[in-house]
Amino acid sequence: MGVLANFVVNVLPYITFIVFVVGVIYRIAVWWSRPSPIPIAVFPGQRSVGSAIVRVLSDVIFFRSLLQFKGNRILWLGAWIFHISFGLILLRHLRYFLGAEAVPGWVAAVQGIGIAAALVISIPLLYLLLRRIVHADIKWISTPADYFVLLLILSVVFSGLYAKYFAHPFVIDVKYVMRSLMALKPVDLNTVTLNTAFLVHFFLVQVLAMYIPFSKVMHLGGIFFSPTRTHHFGGEAHTKQLEEA
Amino acid sequence: MGEQLEKIFDVELKPGAGENYVCNLTKPEFAEKMANKMPTEPLPDDQMVEVALKRLDQLRKERKSLQLYLDICVRCGACVKQCHYFLGTGDPKNTPVGRAELLRKVYRAHFTISGKLFGSLVGAQKLTPEILKNEWYKFFYQCSECRRCSVFCPYGIDQAEITMAGREVLNSVGLATKYITQVISQVYKHGNNLGIPEAAFKYNCQFLEEEIKESTGVDVKIPVDKEKAEILYLPPSADLFTNTDTMIGVAKVFHAVGADWTMSTYASEAANFGLFFSYDDIKTINLRVVEVAKKIGAKLVIFGECGHAWRAARQYMEAMNGPLPFKFMNILEYTAELIRKGKLKLDKSRNDDVIVTMHDPCNMARAGDLVEEGRFIIKSVCNNFVDMDRSVIKEKTFCCGGGGGLLTEEIMELRMKGGLPRATAVKEVVESHNVNYLAAPCAIDKAQLPLVMEHYEIPVQVGGIHDLVGKALILEGQEEFEAKKKAEEEAAKAAAAAVPSVCGLCDAEFATMDECCEHAEKEHKISKDQCDLACEPKEGAASAEAAPSVCGLCDAEFATMDECCEHAEKEHKISKDQCDLACEPKK
Ligand code: HEM
Ligand code: SF4
Ligand code: SF4
Repeated sequence: MGVLANFVVNVLPYITFIVFVVGVIYRIAVWWSRPSPIPIAVFPGQRSVGSAIVRVLSDVIFFRSLLQFKGNRILWLGAWIFHISFGLILLRHLRYFLGAEAVPGWVAAVQGIGIAAALVISIPLLYLLLRRIVHADIKWISTPADYFVLLLILSVVFSGLYAKYFAHPFVIDVKYVMRSLMALKPVDLNTVTLNTAFLVHFFLVQVLAMYIPFSKVMHLGGIFFSPTRTHHFGGEAHTKQLEEA
Repeated sequence: MGEQLEKIFDVELKPGAGENYVCNLTKPEFAEKMANKMPTEPLPDDQMVEVALKRLDQLRKERKSLQLYLDICVRCGACVKQCHYFLGTGDPKNTPVGRAELLRKVYRAHFTISGKLFGSLVGAQKLTPEILKNEWYKFFYQCSECRRCSVFCPYGIDQAEITMAGREVLNSVGLATKYITQVISQVYKHGNNLGIPEAAFKYNCQFLEEEIKESTGVDVKIPVDKEKAEILYLPPSADLFTNTDTMIGVAKVFHAVGADWTMSTYASEAANFGLFFSYDDIKTINLRVVEVAKKIGAKLVIFGECGHAWRAARQYMEAMNGPLPFKFMNILEYTAELIRKGKLKLDKSRNDDVIVTMHDPCNMARAGDLVEEGRFIIKSVCNNFVDMDRSVIKEKTFCCGGGGGLLTEEIMELRMKGGLPRATAVKEVVESHNVNYLAAPCAIDKAQLPLVMEHYEIPVQVGGIHDLVGKALILEGQEEFEAKKKAEEEAAKAAAAAVPSVCGLCDAEFATMDECCEHAEKEHKISKDQCDLACEPKEGAASAEAAPSVCGLCDAEFATMDECCEHAEKEHKISKDQCDLACEPKK
């Protein structure tokens, strides 16, 4: 256990960090570098740079496209709650990386709602999982990877909740570990009280982070490059104004 | 959404249902003409995979859209029920995501780390000749590149981009459809999709000129191959044969504002089937347009009522063939602008016989940013316009089922199935608003939708928007002509009424038809508008022959046409069967 724990706490985080950062940057660099000379905006909705920005943002923030069809609205609700909760949970975790004196007021302020999100998030997650099993068409298009990522996130969530409410790792020590990692200082596991539940949670989070660059979860970056949304025009020579002969 | 429309989204999953729809393979004589230099025969199996992968690798590096749309789909299924071919067939390979996965699984297996490491666990599958021949060739030709799916995808993933790439990969191994390659080779030979030779094209224009003259009395020109002109107009070539009313409407609009326009026999086609085939061919076809426009010094190029023509122009022409020394627009924009400026004299009541709804051609709406112009024009020339359900018009319009190069006989059943959503939406307004005219500004629609409407037994006429414009537009001199014509008709009617008649019910004879009808009303209780039930011209007094006539050559008057004709034969040496050259009924 000691060797494993040491690996998870003192070695893996650096690997995770590098894989995640390099992976994400690489994927985005690929998209960035691909040429896109043909304007393929899907009209109407964006006729200027400004409206293209509005359109992308409304997709990012409100998942607007999912609202276009009545049959997709449950998916919209599930996906939206899931993502918002995910975001809030991430924000809540910021406190572990900041010194007591440096925690901004808003990080303190999101703690409550962040914890609520952690309690709620498994509902949309289970819904997202269930729909892949229940609907014949969604089941047909699903690959094992689609179930895997949902189960992985669910296990992150449950291990986190278990650690928080049942195993109670010493929160000062958690922060100490994170800050040591950030300072590139190895942690002597004999000086801190961490328990298995925390280690499992920490491990799963790292698996998720390393998995992201290789998977469809990269959609979070891709949407900003999607030509049907970011392009706003086709043909500068096109004219809506009649030339007076 | 009406009940009927809602029901079409209840699809039963039928894996394998799409396997039967296969487009005929191309022939060497067509394949060899393609600008993309595809092999003229399918490659042998042992070379197919390597060549295809090389092409796929090339394409994903050339097109951001392709790379991205291969990468970021989360398989959420939001697009599943947006494809008309899935709604019609139930085959999951006809869902946008299912279709895209046919290519993605190969991409993952050969070009991604996770695919190489985990294979089918991440939905990766190595390419085989069977995948190319059986899956790709079938299902990339069951997508009409309509882009409806991209409207509903949270990331805007556009299946048309993947289909286009898939077809280009297929081309690289010699797999292409006969229909598309044949049409393109006709463009390279004759300048248009239908393969109309220059002489026939010109002849048809003259024919249409005569037709306009006959109905309006106005000399409207349909110029072809003028050496210089301000405006180059590109019709879908079908407008010169089957959809002639559209062409007539357009010609009248140009005439009404005295435009200096021409068509060209070198580029006598707005449509660009390269869009369904390869970038190289889009570019080569568009180039013909650019060359002609430059040669005749056109300042404005106007595209006719054709959906994908407009997409090829709006999205590809400048990027591929630019910079362009001219501006371009769509005929719908042109006419809408003229109406807005009050330059057209329109009489809406002339379209009172129709109740119109509008089908947005996919490529006009989603790819071409033209949804309001068509409606504005229709409302300006008709009193009765109704839109279909909000969820199936404008950017959410459903394909007619024949787009994307699928307008071919051998997959007729698929085309009818793909037309189901559109047909259902039309049916709703036909039933609720008595719609009888489906305006569809697109040549593919005009070929496909009448069949769809017949198939689903929906009594509605399919036509263009300029057909309606042509009917409502009043040209200078037209009203005088019409007044004259009407007067003549009335005179002829009056002459006919003056024919000695006999009552069929009681054999009473009368000097005129009118008197006979009066008699029938009084004696036999047959109302005047049904007078034909009783009265008929007295034998030997067939109306025209019996009418008082005048000889146009010498003004001599006669009691009957017969006499006049006899006179013409004797005096003017005009034989009786050409007697119309001399005699006419007296007014
Ligand atoms: C930017 C706008 C975003 C949109 C429109 C979006 C949309 C979606 C949708 C529709 C799903 C499908 C759920 C399913 O059926 O499985 C999904 C899944 C998911 N998204 Fe996002 N997402 C966005 C950003 C993000 C971000 C920033 C993250 C951060 C990590 C993220 C992480 C995930 C994860 C982990 C899943 C679940 C796994 C899966 O099924 O793919 N997403 N997203
Ligand atoms: S809606 Fe978009 S992300 Fe969802 S399955 Fe369809 S293509 Fe993939
Ligand atoms: S582009 Fe149109 S035909 Fe093709 S998958 Fe999407 S909805 Fe279906």
